[in-house]
Amino acid sequence: MTAAVFFGCAFIAFGPAFSLFIFTIAKDPLRVIILIAGAFFWLVSLLLSSLVWFIATKATNAQDLTLQKNLLIFGSIFSVILQEVFRFAYYRLLRKANEGLAAISEEDGPPLSVREMAYVAGLGFGIMSGAFSMINTLSDSLGPGTVGMFGDSQYYFITSALMTLALTMLHTFWGVVFFEGCERKRWWVIAVVLCVHLMVFSLSLLNPFYVGSILPVYAIMLLMAVWAFFSSGGSLHNITLLWTCRKSNTETSS
Amino acid sequence: MCSNMVRCLGDGNTSLQKLATSIVFFFCLSDVSCNSVEQKIYVELNNTVPCVRLLNATHQIGCQSSISGDTGVIHVLESEADLEWPLSKGPNPPYMVLLESSLFTRSIMMKMKNESNRVAGVAVVVPNTSPPEFSPHTTCPNENTGVYSDNYGPNLAHCNTTVWNPRGNGLSYEEFDFPVFSLKEDNETEFIKQCYLDHNRAVNGSAPQYPLCAMQLFSHMHAVTNTPTCMRRNDINFSINPEMVCDPLGDYNVWGSIRPYNDTVFGHKENESVVIAAARLDSRAFFWEVSTGAEGSVSGFVTLLAAAQALREVTHEAPPTRNILFAFFQGETFDYIGSSRMVYDMENGKFVIDLDNIHSVLEIGQVKNLVNNLQSSTAGLSFLLVEPNVSQPLPPSSLQRFLRAQPIPGIVLADHESAFNNRYYESFYDNAANLNLTYPSDLSPEEQLEFVTDTAKSLTDVATVVARALYKQAGGNESLVNNIKADPKIVTQMLYGFLVSSNNSWFQAVMAPELKNILKPSPPEYYVGVAMSSTPTRLVQYLLANLTGAATNLTQSQCQKPDELPNESRQMYSYLWVQGIVPPNSTERDSFCVRASVRLTKAVSPAFELGEYASKDYSTWTESRWKFIKARIFLVASRDLEMLTLGVGVAVLFTSLLVTYFISTKADVLFSSTREPASAAY
Repeated sequence: MTAAVFFGCAFIAFGPAFSLFIFTIAKDPLRVIILIAGAFFWLVSLLLSSLVWFIATKATNAQDLTLQKNLLIFGSIFSVILQEVFRFAYYRLLRKANEGLAAISEEDGPPLSVREMAYVAGLGFGIMSGAFSMINTLSDSLGPGTVGMFGDSQYYFITSALMTLALTMLHTFWGVVFFEGCERKRWWVIAVVLCVHLMVFSLSLLNPFYVGSILPVYAIMLLMAVWAFFSSGGSLHNITLLWTCRKSNTETSS
Repeated sequence: MCSNMVRCLGDGNTSLQKLATSIVFFFCLSDVSCNSVEQKIYVELNNTVPCVRLLNATHQIGCQSSISGDTGVIHVLESEADLEWPLSKGPNPPYMVLLESSLFTRSIMMKMKNESNRVAGVAVVVPNTSPPEFSPHTTCPNENTGVYSDNYGPNLAHCNTTVWNPRGNGLSYEEFDFPVFSLKEDNETEFIKQCYLDHNRAVNGSAPQYPLCAMQLFSHMHAVTNTPTCMRRNDINFSINPEMVCDPLGDYNVWGSIRPYNDTVFGHKENESVVIAAARLDSRAFFWEVSTGAEGSVSGFVTLLAAAQALREVTHEAPPTRNILFAFFQGETFDYIGSSRMVYDMENGKFVIDLDNIHSVLEIGQVKNLVNNLQSSTAGLSFLLVEPNVSQPLPPSSLQRFLRAQPIPGIVLADHESAFNNRYYESFYDNAANLNLTYPSDLSPEEQLEFVTDTAKSLTDVATVVARALYKQAGGNESLVNNIKADPKIVTQMLYGFLVSSNNSWFQAVMAPELKNILKPSPPEYYVGVAMSSTPTRLVQYLLANLTGAATNLTQSQCQKPDELPNESRQMYSYLWVQGIVPPNSTERDSFCVRASVRLTKAVSPAFELGEYASKDYSTWTESRWKFIKARIFLVASRDLEMLTLGVGVAVLFTSLLVTYFISTKADVLFSSTREPASAAY
């Protein structure tokens, strides 16, 4: 669909992730490393779950379409579960690494708090997940044609980009909430994150009924954003502080 | 399999599609394209034939697309008046015009050529039944390279007396700067028309709504302007791999003789007098390579092959005084490439005989309807030979090239007294149906091969007359003339093989084992091409060898090196190892070695040997090269939606940059509950 759509969808899908990266991650090499390792963990989880799915499809009749669709749904649910398992595994790894980093760092105490690591790890998961969702579609959006010959909606590219954006942010928020829950030994948090992830997956099955899939997913994203904000140390007090700080700044300066 | 399923399921954008994407990425690398999104967008058209660019000394003809393909909104043309829509009224130019073959006329194509900024390309649907008449060739074929010119017979030159091809509309020799493709009448074309009906129709006079159905054609040609330019560009030696942009048209001529000639002794032969029997092998069409030339060329050379076979026995028993040389010329459609090359070789002592050795020439032209007159002649045959008025010029024929070099007595045998009878001269409709080649419907392919059609019977009669005339002309024994008869079975098998299906048991038996892949279930293509390996040349070579040569007892290795044997000589004969038939009770073929005096000589225009690319005397036709040729259809979205997407994207990017910057600078205020209460509220 030409360069305009390519750049538009690329900006929609990766704009926030990109801005988060340059403003919060790029300056600190340790954060970059944790980001990339997080992306790698997500990738490994996808690889293992797709292996399971692949074996399942090869072992069954390829012509039976409903069976294959059900296998794909099963495979995806398994993939969701495996992603959360790998998130937990990454949490354990980072905790262990944190002790080692604390020992060799020049400052007192660990160079990164668990909250920062949670955020970076979540963003790593989100970026890799977004890349896998979107790059394939983006490369096809460069050509002159658009989706729709076989009855699909012509808004395919925009909605793909919007879903990718939502999913990237959701992975970030889930990372924050998840690590905080593990830190405080609140195991119900893990279960809730898993359930929300599964809910988002099942909403995506409603595509191409985009009103039914994108709007709820964005609503869930906002709720998760609020939860992540509170669980990473924010509070209403801080927001009002920010507001009055700005007000007093403008008062004193003027 | 994999791609189909992924297309059905890869619609969502979360784990489902990621899973599917990872699968297709990791495990489908060796498969056909498993890109599911691409399959939602594009439909590749596989049964298309392009029109390509040809160049000669002064012009370029044919079609050209831009280097990244030409995209246009599909419009199915209903009548000539409907041309208004793509050319002026339609709101979404450029258009890709889809024509039925009845609308593929000169006036419509010229109108589109003049408004070519609104026409992205043309697709012509070729039906299975032929229109009443259609010839894209010029009205006066090969008018500048024949024997008549402004210096010699100016009243006969340039068709001033007889217009040979009055139905010709000259489309093949026009230049179009948009691509023109041909489509068959099959499911793909139905799909295209359905797409047009679903998306592109204007409802109640209002403009059609986006998304619109569009087609993209790729046929970018590398060569431009004319032959001297493209040959000069071929020679640029800057890089290790020079890019060639065009190739000269040409192939090989096939010739055979009753008495063999030593292939290494060229030039004039003392006391040698030869009667040449000639026919042409090639034809062309508007689109690349899809030429069938049934009436135009196949009728002629099949008759000559049958005559050669008819002469075999009698010339062994009672050899005539003069030798008879059967010559099959390639490339005659394009300014007499093959015959001009043979005459050039004869003039320069590069052929086994000389122009002075030629006694006379008998050429077989278009002979479909020679059986019209049912008055029987003395030989009990069903036609009468009529000599036209002495002021009638020769039709376009290879004999004209011989006459250009030296006055030689000659005859051209044809079924038309003045203008051609052929209604489809040099077009893709000149096929088996044009020769009335019909078989009863309940026959299997093998039975069709053996069935003697009426066309075969009439061509057999012509072949008999030709063979007898050749024998008498060569000074043979008069009393044996009436024993010469052509074999209708051989003629009908040849007609089947050359016009219906080349992969039949007889052709398989006469071909070499390494060449059996050129036999296909469809008829061969008669376009001369540039690859020097055209199927008709090979078929005629092996057929002539089998029909006029002798089977020997040589083994395969002896057949490849016959000089080691005392009586065999590769200089006098060519030795061809052929597959032979499959005996009834076995699966192995009875291959054997054929010894025949059949040779191939290069049929590339002398202009390329001499380097005279702007020559006015010789053919200078070249064919452009190209990288790939393909066609596909898809939907295009409106400009507004594209700009909206871009706008939303830029807005999201800027907003996220601002918000992130703001939050990151105020991060210690916002996320401060783990610290001691801030010492000061700023």
